[in-house]
Amino acid sequence: MRLSRLGSLRQLSCWLLLGEWRAYPLRALTAVAAIALGVALGFAIDLINTAAYNEFSAAARSLSGQADLEVRGTQPTFDERYYPMLATRAGVAQASPMLVLDAAVSGQTSPLKIIGVDVMRAAALTPDLVGVPVADRPFDTLADDAVFLSPAAMAWFKTRVGGRIKLRVGTNSVSLRVAGGLVRARAGQRIGVMDIGAAQWRFQRIGQLSRVVLKLTEGVNLMAFKSALARATQGQLQVLQSADETSRSASLSRAYRVNLNVLALVALFTGAFLVFSTQALSVIRRRSQFALLRVMGVTRAQLLRQVVLEGGMVGAVGAALGIVGGYALAATALHFFGGDLGGGYFPGVQPALQFAPLRAGVFFTLGLAVALLGSAAPAWEAARAPAAQALKSGSEEGALAQLANPWPALVLLLTGALLTLAPPLDDLPIFGYLAVALLLIGGIALMPRLAGAVFRWLQHLPTTHAITTLVLSRLANAPGQAAIALGGVLASFSLMVAMAIMVASFRVSVDDWLSHVLPADVYIRSAASGNTAALSPAEQAMIARTPGIARVDFMRLTQLNLDPARPAVALIARPIEVSTAANALPMVQTVAVPAHSLPIWVSEAMVDLYGFSPGKQVRLPLAGQWRDVVVAGVWRDYARQFGAIQMRLADYRSLTGDTAINDAGLWLQPGTTPAQAIARLKVLSFGAALEYAEPGEIRTVSLKIFDRSFVVTYLLEAVAMVIGLFGIAATFSAQILARAKEFGMLRHIGVTRRQVLGILAAEGGLLTLMGMAVGFVLGWVISLILVFVVNPQSFHWRMQLHVPWGLLTAVAALLLLAAVLTALIAGRSALSGSVVRAVREDW
Amino acid sequence: MRILIVLWTLSAQLVFAATPVFTQVMPDHRLTFPADFGAHPDYRTEWWYATGWLTTPDHKPLGFQVTFFRAATATDSANPSRFAPRQLIIAHAALSDPAVGHLLHGQKSARAGFGLAYAQVGDTNVKLDDWTLKRSAEGVYQTRIHGREFDLDLRLSPTQPLMLQGDNGYSRKGPAPGQASYYYSAPQLRVSGSVSRNGQRVLVSGSAWLDHEWSTRYMDTRAVGWDWVGANLADGGALMAFQMRRADGTPLWAHASLRDASGKTTQFDNAAVQFKARRHWHSPRTGGLYPVATELRTGSVVWQLTPLQDDQELDSRSSTGAVYWEGATTLTRDGKPVGRGYLEMTGYVKALKL
Repeated sequence: MRLSRLGSLRQLSCWLLLGEWRAYPLRALTAVAAIALGVALGFAIDLINTAAYNEFSAAARSLSGQADLEVRGTQPTFDERYYPMLATRAGVAQASPMLVLDAAVSGQTSPLKIIGVDVMRAAALTPDLVGVPVADRPFDTLADDAVFLSPAAMAWFKTRVGGRIKLRVGTNSVSLRVAGGLVRARAGQRIGVMDIGAAQWRFQRIGQLSRVVLKLTEGVNLMAFKSALARATQGQLQVLQSADETSRSASLSRAYRVNLNVLALVALFTGAFLVFSTQALSVIRRRSQFALLRVMGVTRAQLLRQVVLEGGMVGAVGAALGIVGGYALAATALHFFGGDLGGGYFPGVQPALQFAPLRAGVFFTLGLAVALLGSAAPAWEAARAPAAQALKSGSEEGALAQLANPWPALVLLLTGALLTLAPPLDDLPIFGYLAVALLLIGGIALMPRLAGAVFRWLQHLPTTHAITTLVLSRLANAPGQAAIALGGVLASFSLMVAMAIMVASFRVSVDDWLSHVLPADVYIRSAASGNTAALSPAEQAMIARTPGIARVDFMRLTQLNLDPARPAVALIARPIEVSTAANALPMVQTVAVPAHSLPIWVSEAMVDLYGFSPGKQVRLPLAGQWRDVVVAGVWRDYARQFGAIQMRLADYRSLTGDTAINDAGLWLQPGTTPAQAIARLKVLSFGAALEYAEPGEIRTVSLKIFDRSFVVTYLLEAVAMVIGLFGIAATFSAQILARAKEFGMLRHIGVTRRQVLGILAAEGGLLTLMGMAVGFVLGWVISLILVFVVNPQSFHWRMQLHVPWGLLTAVAALLLLAAVLTALIAGRSALSGSVVRAVREDW
Repeated sequence: MRILIVLWTLSAQLVFAATPVFTQVMPDHRLTFPADFGAHPDYRTEWWYATGWLTTPDHKPLGFQVTFFRAATATDSANPSRFAPRQLIIAHAALSDPAVGHLLHGQKSARAGFGLAYAQVGDTNVKLDDWTLKRSAEGVYQTRIHGREFDLDLRLSPTQPLMLQGDNGYSRKGPAPGQASYYYSAPQLRVSGSVSRNGQRVLVSGSAWLDHEWSTRYMDTRAVGWDWVGANLADGGALMAFQMRRADGTPLWAHASLRDASGKTTQFDNAAVQFKARRHWHSPRTGGLYPVATELRTGSVVWQLTPLQDDQELDSRSSTGAVYWEGATTLTRDGKPVGRGYLEMTGYVKALKL
């Protein structure tokens, strides 16, 4: 009899598949769920990121409108004398000047973006930024008391046309009339447009511009024009194309996005492993069935197809569910967390979710591929097994023999180790992630060998207890099956350990850093956000003279654009003594600098991104001129991943003439409490406008922000754990069911039911312990990669390693308990059948 | 006279903190040249308005209009910003070619400042990006316009003395005192230069008329618009006539002056000036109904005004906010052609406010 007819083969295939699923629905469901979860997470993160990024860059693009180029300075504003120079330059058809400000709003933690435009110039180039006045006041676009608000800004201020809004200027505020709307603003884009002359006046930015957008005459070579202009202005002006703008907003959040996507891939990987373990065990259990089919004439290829098809079905169903779930998840997350998932990268935008068929296709394929990959090895084994041998009972272990070959695993581990030495690729720690993946796969692959060795060694320990001997000999002699259970424990536990160590290291480092950077007793800020609030020298003097204050460190925070393609660098000017800089800043490295030079201290990111290494003489564009400064030290900065530069306040003032400040740290005289000092400052004429904080509060808020930005990480960590537990449960129950005849035999020779359950619990516990021990080592190694390779390469900050022993012990105990319980529950159901029938089944 | 700046004259529109006070137009004020060729930024509204007929090398007629407006806004004088929109410069240019069937026109507007847009005092020198009108020391006007549909590069040379309108340049626009402008014309300007269209530049010559008028209070509140004509007569004479219309079309104020070839000027007041529609044209774009062919009576003389083409409507709602008809027109008397000029009709779509 040959099953050569295609129809009957398809029928058989269907029957085999459904039979398997009907017999073990939970296992199939678990595998489907794991794939679905991985795909859903990956797809959701991708959807959210894409939505947020698209929204952010669309909002950024609306600022440059139809323009070909956008010219900006190296500091937030530049001298308006460049405007006529640009407008009359050969090749320029149209030029539109803009003053862009982040206006602080009292009582709000985020600013309102105010864009001052020359409406007659903007009409042609940036029509989105032209306010729509009410019918009988067409000239409000030129009025010096009017502002046009986007719908989102109107909603934010709870105002409408005809209302008034108050914005901070210095320590005062200016009241503007809402003269109309911005009909073409994007949903969620919170901006206000006003006359450029009025903006210069009202916000005390006389003579300053933020950018000039240009439309070139037809036929002018964009690149040539761009470089000629950059040369002509000696680098004081940067010329950006809209592509630069997009890449700049992309790089703002790129590292964060990639990290999230990698976390999603981890979930998917765990899913793949679950498919593998399910399929592997299912193949082993059905070994004799398959051999029978072979004998009946089913070819190897057909058998291979059958097993792969089973995995593929799991993958397809899981991936499809994952796409639907991912979409729902993304919608929910956007609703509750906003577009940056708590990362804070996309302020002021409200992204709308868009279904992306192509991306959905990619994630579906990924889920399917992962499932197929997971079932490939078992399928290969099923097809390859010599039929005669496989028909015999008890040959299951042989099926897994090739998994015990240690060499591929060792090669993977070694390659992984070497990859950690590689530099970032395109500013991303691609090789670091690859190393993590290789170590994980290598570790799992090495597990059977390792488990065999350990349990064999344990077997040789002197023992008189029969049950112990049984347990150990089982584990030592069937390492392959044990390894599959172990792999699940290993994968989830090592990832859990790695992420826990990484996050703990980061958190502890940030906490230490916060206490270092907040030495004063009280901190004051001109406003919670924005760049329009500042303290004048007279106001600074009043603060310094306030009784009870021993010392004040004033701080000027501004921004420098050093590279058109990168986000701006923070420039912090404050009193720093060269000799005691190490006390003032969390210094990583200092060098002696020549006495007459201007010292700056840069964050680690500046070294990585701009090559500002210690001792190096570099040039900074300040107030329209290039100034030579020397890098006197490198400090650690967890607040600004795109780089920060500190310089002496006196140097900054003499170079720029800017005497305003934003922040101040106050040291109090003995006997004065922070509350007293704050009360005295608040009664100053401008005191009510300021923000006050004690270091403790800032620390609490900072750590809260930290935790929020790791919310997704915590979530994925939990998911990895749950998938891991699922895996263990599935594997144990599968094994125990498969060993029903073994237990039947044991019962026949007088082992009690209770003792069998003991064997199971001990096996489960020992396997889990073993998995956790190796998982811990692997996780620790991976955490080293995360802490010392991935993080510095992604975010340019380094940290100290810190192992959260308490958390790890608790999770380990939980996992152990869960494993033992699973083994017991599975065992109980396996032992519920008739002892006689269990043994007879073998014949 | 001349259009319009409905517009940026904002008087009632902007109520700012410290509204500047504009100088009023008074009788018995002597115009002094060359200073009065230049801008008068203390007055609210001012324009330089050149219109004329050109002849192409293939002897086809073209009409052209180049207008620069200056409008002082009510911007708070306390605003120290160089971007403060104290003075706005608006420019219109149009080319009338019967072969096209409608006006080709361009318009620009900008706040004065940064050397990009200005109306200078001292002598005529107005600029809006690459659009310029400048009077040289010899009295020759040079104008360059780079429109989207055409470029103009014209020299306008005087052949006659200036024509001071009204009472030595004090031109009343309504019954109330103060409803007036300072107004002079330069008729019979000899034109040479070039017109470029679709990358093709042709040399042109012809004759033109230039008006320069500045005021603070131009229109009576009852007036909705005006009709104006300025024409170079073939015998060397020059004719200017205008009427301010009420909403019902009846004249509120009218005036005309005719300078004959010998230089003798005759003034005609309200009752002596009459505009009578002969034929209307309906604008398919704006719905305006314009009396494109008109009969004008000044004293005992009757002039027939016939447009070069009917559709010479200029929609400038995006710059001055007004829609008006400004077109090349021939003058005939007793059936004989006697001159060529420009007819301007405002307030036919929506009442002007100036």
